[in-house]
Amino acid sequence: MLRIGKLPIAVFALFIIAFPWIAHKIPPIENYTDIMIFAGIYCLITLGLSLLMGYAGQISIGHAAFYGIGAYTSAILTANYGFNPWLCMFFGMIVTAAVAVLVGAPSLKLRGHYLAMATLAFGIIVYIVFNEETAWTGGPDGMTGIPGLSLLGFAFDSVDRYYYLVWIFVFAAFIFTANLIQSDTGRALRAIHASETAAGAMGVDISGHKLLVFVYSAVLASLAGSLYAHYLNFINPSTFDLFFSIKLLIMIALGGMYNLWGAIIGAGLITFLSYEWLHYFEEFEVIVYGAILLLVTIFLPKGLAGTPEIVKTWFRK
Amino acid sequence: MNFIGEDNILEVNRVNMAFGGLMALSYLSFKVKRGMIKAVIGPNGAGKTTLFNIITGSFPPTEGSIIFKGMPVERLKAHKIAHRGISRTFQTVELFDNMTVLENVMLGCHTCIRTSFLASGLRLPMARKKEAQIREKAMKILKFIGLADKFKDPADSLPLGEQKILEIGRALAGDPELICLDEPAAGLNETETYVASSLIRAINAKGITVLLVEHDMKVIMNISDEIVVLNYGQKIAEGSPREIQNNARVIEAYLGSGS
Amino acid sequence: MEKITLAGQIFQYLITGLTVGSIYAMVAVGFNIIYNVTEIINFAQGEFVMLGGLIMVFFYAVVKLPLVVAFPATVLLVTLVGILLDRLAIRPIRQPTVLTLIIATIAASILIKGAAMLIWGKDPYDLPAFSGRNAITVFGAVIQPQYFWVIGFLIIVVIALSIFFDRTIVGKAMSACADNPDAASLVGINVQQMILLSFALSAAIGAVAGITVTPISLMEYDRGAMLAVKGFGAAILGGLGSFPGAVLGGLIMGTIESMGAGLISSGYKDAFALIVLLVVLFFKPSGIMGSIEISRIKRF
Repeated sequence: MLRIGKLPIAVFALFIIAFPWIAHKIPPIENYTDIMIFAGIYCLITLGLSLLMGYAGQISIGHAAFYGIGAYTSAILTANYGFNPWLCMFFGMIVTAAVAVLVGAPSLKLRGHYLAMATLAFGIIVYIVFNEETAWTGGPDGMTGIPGLSLLGFAFDSVDRYYYLVWIFVFAAFIFTANLIQSDTGRALRAIHASETAAGAMGVDISGHKLLVFVYSAVLASLAGSLYAHYLNFINPSTFDLFFSIKLLIMIALGGMYNLWGAIIGAGLITFLSYEWLHYFEEFEVIVYGAILLLVTIFLPKGLAGTPEIVKTWFRK
Repeated sequence: MNFIGEDNILEVNRVNMAFGGLMALSYLSFKVKRGMIKAVIGPNGAGKTTLFNIITGSFPPTEGSIIFKGMPVERLKAHKIAHRGISRTFQTVELFDNMTVLENVMLGCHTCIRTSFLASGLRLPMARKKEAQIREKAMKILKFIGLADKFKDPADSLPLGEQKILEIGRALAGDPELICLDEPAAGLNETETYVASSLIRAINAKGITVLLVEHDMKVIMNISDEIVVLNYGQKIAEGSPREIQNNARVIEAYLGSGS
Repeated sequence: MEKITLAGQIFQYLITGLTVGSIYAMVAVGFNIIYNVTEIINFAQGEFVMLGGLIMVFFYAVVKLPLVVAFPATVLLVTLVGILLDRLAIRPIRQPTVLTLIIATIAASILIKGAAMLIWGKDPYDLPAFSGRNAITVFGAVIQPQYFWVIGFLIIVVIALSIFFDRTIVGKAMSACADNPDAASLVGINVQQMILLSFALSAAIGAVAGITVTPISLMEYDRGAMLAVKGFGAAILGGLGSFPGAVLGGLIMGTIESMGAGLISSGYKDAFALIVLLVVLFFKPSGIMGSIEISRIKRF
């Protein structure tokens, strides 16, 4: 869906604004606000990934690494050195961007499977670093004492407050990404996806654009990581493992990668699955994810967000 | 009537192209004067599309050089060459089938109207203005090529003849100085061919140099100022349409058929 | 007690490296078989190894079959899983693109992993060594007899495969498919069946690797992913599609990892193989035996 309408955004915004109030009124779902914070954090990552996979047609199975770099940069600089968390968050995004360029430039020249493996290997290497560099990261035990966030004296120290903070970021990222898609850059990406030969002949710098989207998605993941760290005030390497990168893939596949709303839907559903619905069936968690991914790939290759389109074509027949 | 300049906008200098053991092009040399319509003809497999691919930057030649506006471009990547002012269409239509007719042409403007990443994402007034400019320019081109009323349609919903016209329109959007058309009349019926030829003439009348690969001899004879004939990757004749028509080697190699 | 010299240490790492490298080689060979026929990279390759180990544990420790019977039974069962993977995860995909096939095999790998977790839990399991645990000492290096079983089975697998592909009709049919599936189907070769066979064969080899390595390094439900990545690295290092390359790549990969872990840092053990993978992908994706021409012509 290329025309990203203003009405759905407004409706969704209203829903997000009203949600905590609704949650408070219905005791059984009171903890849903907390879950929605995680959903929002994951949305930040899936928005970027959706652009990368759906529009630029690239794959990354190592995005947990960027999520982790953001989280650890924020954690280390604020907990150990006491720097301003907002500056650290920004600095984390810069560090992540630099890493993304270093890794992305040679990787994006690779095709399909090779690219997937390269990102996979990169993700695991970063995970190993988090576990091994105990002096910096606290190793497998993780880091505690990460301060929370506040702005001009207003502290985001309650679940509700942090919820609004995260979702403001999500909406900003959503609108920025939507603007990109509907701009010349978005057209260039779609052109690359449709025909690299023609895109190049029309002046599109293909490797430049692929790298741009890769870095953008990495930076969003870094932001998400920082927000995560400041919310839980504690992080450890197991959050940023290969399985999380695969979970991100599942979110994109389930929601649909050709559509920004797919990123939101996928992140939301998997988050609730993860924190709420599967909570009582922990042993089944992995197998359920595998099944979802497989079924979606076979039966719903355009994801849930792509279903209206399928229904429309179906009716035309 | 078109105005042909004195200078050579394009020079193909002793270009060799070897694919493994196969010599696709063999010491090919010819020049294209600014403002002319030059046709490249030859039997299938003569190396015409390979030549186009080299000129437009798909891959570099094994040997030799391509001089465009006085500067060598044979080692440049395709998108850089596009920015220098060379545009092209493809033998099998390569439209962006995930976009509308208008959007395809708008993408063509990529080389001349650039917006920065941040400006686009933040939708700054400057970005919005440029987007409007692109849209306006693309609509003008659609009017010029006669597809303005289909601007909203998906590009792949057009019949082949119009798709080829659209591809030419997309190639025009970047204000190229040289446009390389790879078999613009292939697969078209008489009416569509007539439309295509008229369009090529109209483009040339605007001062754009045209390099054209084509099999349809009527089209070639009608619109070309000069013709280069290739066979087995070598130039076997070059000259005006009349000269080529009477050239024994050409007749022998090519059987002068077509239409 | 003998004094352990640096030379002795290095020799130890070399032997360990060759052993673990044999496992990577077997995984790499498995990758190549499937890749040659289908151009798919099977991300679930490592799960076959994991299943080989754990199912063998089941047959031996639970069903109490003797090792000699449990071995082929395990291989058979894992082969079945390989067949199911092709049937249920790959075949049903209507519009196969690189992206969807990658995701499909990833999905299959986590499904298998999830099932393994349900059945066996998260604990590592052990198997008795095939010929006991009396280590022999050579040049100061302590060598478990099981190491020889691993390397030995690699040799057997390589020989068996060469005979299969060069001398048997089915094997030659598979090679034909690998070369040119359209031509192959024109001469009556059932390409679908060949694909199935490639998955079956890869699964079987993976199982052998898993069975032989469990007595050395145990086996748990989530070992698959790492094995797959490293095995893939070995395949790429040797040149994707080349069997001698896979063996060479595996042995080199294993040795680098072992040396790195022993001489530089044991915490970063897994990272060494991954770094080799990245270096190969970035600088010479065609690998040792491969050539650029071959990698360009492939459909993906």
